[in-house]
Amino acid sequence: MQIPAPFDYVRASSVDNALALLDRHGAESRVVAGGHSLLPMMKLRLARPDWLIDINDLFELDYLLVDKDVLRIGAMTRHTTLLESDDVKRLFPIITDAERVIADPIVRNRGTIGGSLCQADPAEDLSTVCHVLEAVAVVRGPAGERMLSMADFHRGPYETAVAQNELLIEVRIPIRSDSSSAYEKVERRVGDWAVAAAGASVSLDSAGAISQVAVGLTAVGLDRNVTEVEAVLVGQAPTEELFTEAGRLASLACDPLADQRGPIDYKRHLADELTRRVLRAACRRAAASVSEITI
Amino acid sequence: MQISMTINGTDVTREIEPRVLLVHFIRDDLRLTGTHWGCDTTNCGTCVVLMDGQPVKSCTVLAAMADGHAITTVEGLANGATLDPVQQGFMEEHGLQCGFCTPGMMLTARALLDHNPHPEPLEIREAISGQICRCTGYATIVRSIQWAAEHPVGATAETTDEEVHA
Repeated sequence: MQIPAPFDYVRASSVDNALALLDRHGAESRVVAGGHSLLPMMKLRLARPDWLIDINDLFELDYLLVDKDVLRIGAMTRHTTLLESDDVKRLFPIITDAERVIADPIVRNRGTIGGSLCQADPAEDLSTVCHVLEAVAVVRGPAGERMLSMADFHRGPYETAVAQNELLIEVRIPIRSDSSSAYEKVERRVGDWAVAAAGASVSLDSAGAISQVAVGLTAVGLDRNVTEVEAVLVGQAPTEELFTEAGRLASLACDPLADQRGPIDYKRHLADELTRRVLRAACRRAAASVSEITI
Repeated sequence: MQISMTINGTDVTREIEPRVLLVHFIRDDLRLTGTHWGCDTTNCGTCVVLMDGQPVKSCTVLAAMADGHAITTVEGLANGATLDPVQQGFMEEHGLQCGFCTPGMMLTARALLDHNPHPEPLEIREAISGQICRCTGYATIVRSIQWAAEHPVGATAETTDEEVHA
């Protein structure tokens, strides 16, 4: 039977209250949102906080807002909400693609975007998605708010720039015109971590050439975008030959480990194949959105 | 600490340790053993209960987190002696063999039909994809949920009325 070590439990009533509680209870206090990463770790005694600060009552952090050219996502937004949002699907289909394959539908009822990003698991899908979309993390602490790029937010596996007395409160994603995106994952079964996954975002210019591109990989030892593909793709009309070259570069850029989910060459093969697929899908979707606007 | 919640429509208040998981609170404190305790790792879904109408895996929710919320377990599905259409469907279409996954499957089915009364077979498969039937009786589980969709609460009485008037 897996039971967490003893701890004290308190519910935060507001963001300010949560920050005050983190401050008061100090280094051994942890915030719990959906709890679907932290509670399993506590049950295995990999995490043993003295105080658990429950932020599930902070409905003020559960929102999706299209604010001019930015999509603002509250940190307590559940995976199910992201999956079912028409705005998300229209603006950032990469998020909808990823949410379809994050855990399972029941876990998605509880898990949150903020929890996923703060867990910073190397096999976590939304981290890659946020890197690809150039999202900004809004972190609040006693000294006020600070904005972090995903590169600054992620320090490494299971490590972020969020200090013990701070809270991730919002994720901001810039909305680009004539753009689209896609995500695809290979998993052994529903709910398992990715063997490998890839995400892509592209913008097309008026002539249909790629004006901006970002490709990211999940679970293959690369905690940055595959910047190598940019020089190859930007300024070019999307073609199968270019996607093939981008896939080759992605398979070279990653640094996977052999584990029970597969050997290194298989994971490199997936990085290659999935990069091609998400670029193909993102370009097709972006072209469709451009033609919709023209009509 | 003291917690209060509604279980199957009844208010309960208990003194608990904060580390008690919802599944153990339901089974050991409330003695409602219809909720099963399986893998303990958020995988199998036999511990699924409804929290404010939404399926959750109760091995991964603290009882303290359910304080102030409404919980439905399998014991709360039937309306008196009348089975929920989902329960009837599992009988009609042989939706269970060993029965271990059944409580969780039925609660997920109830939530699905409340949200989407006419699901496609693929939508049913997606809804139960976070749950494991070790008898591998998925085809009959899907058929059971389809049966329930075709026989919503009240439909039986309406059919009888129509038949009488015809």
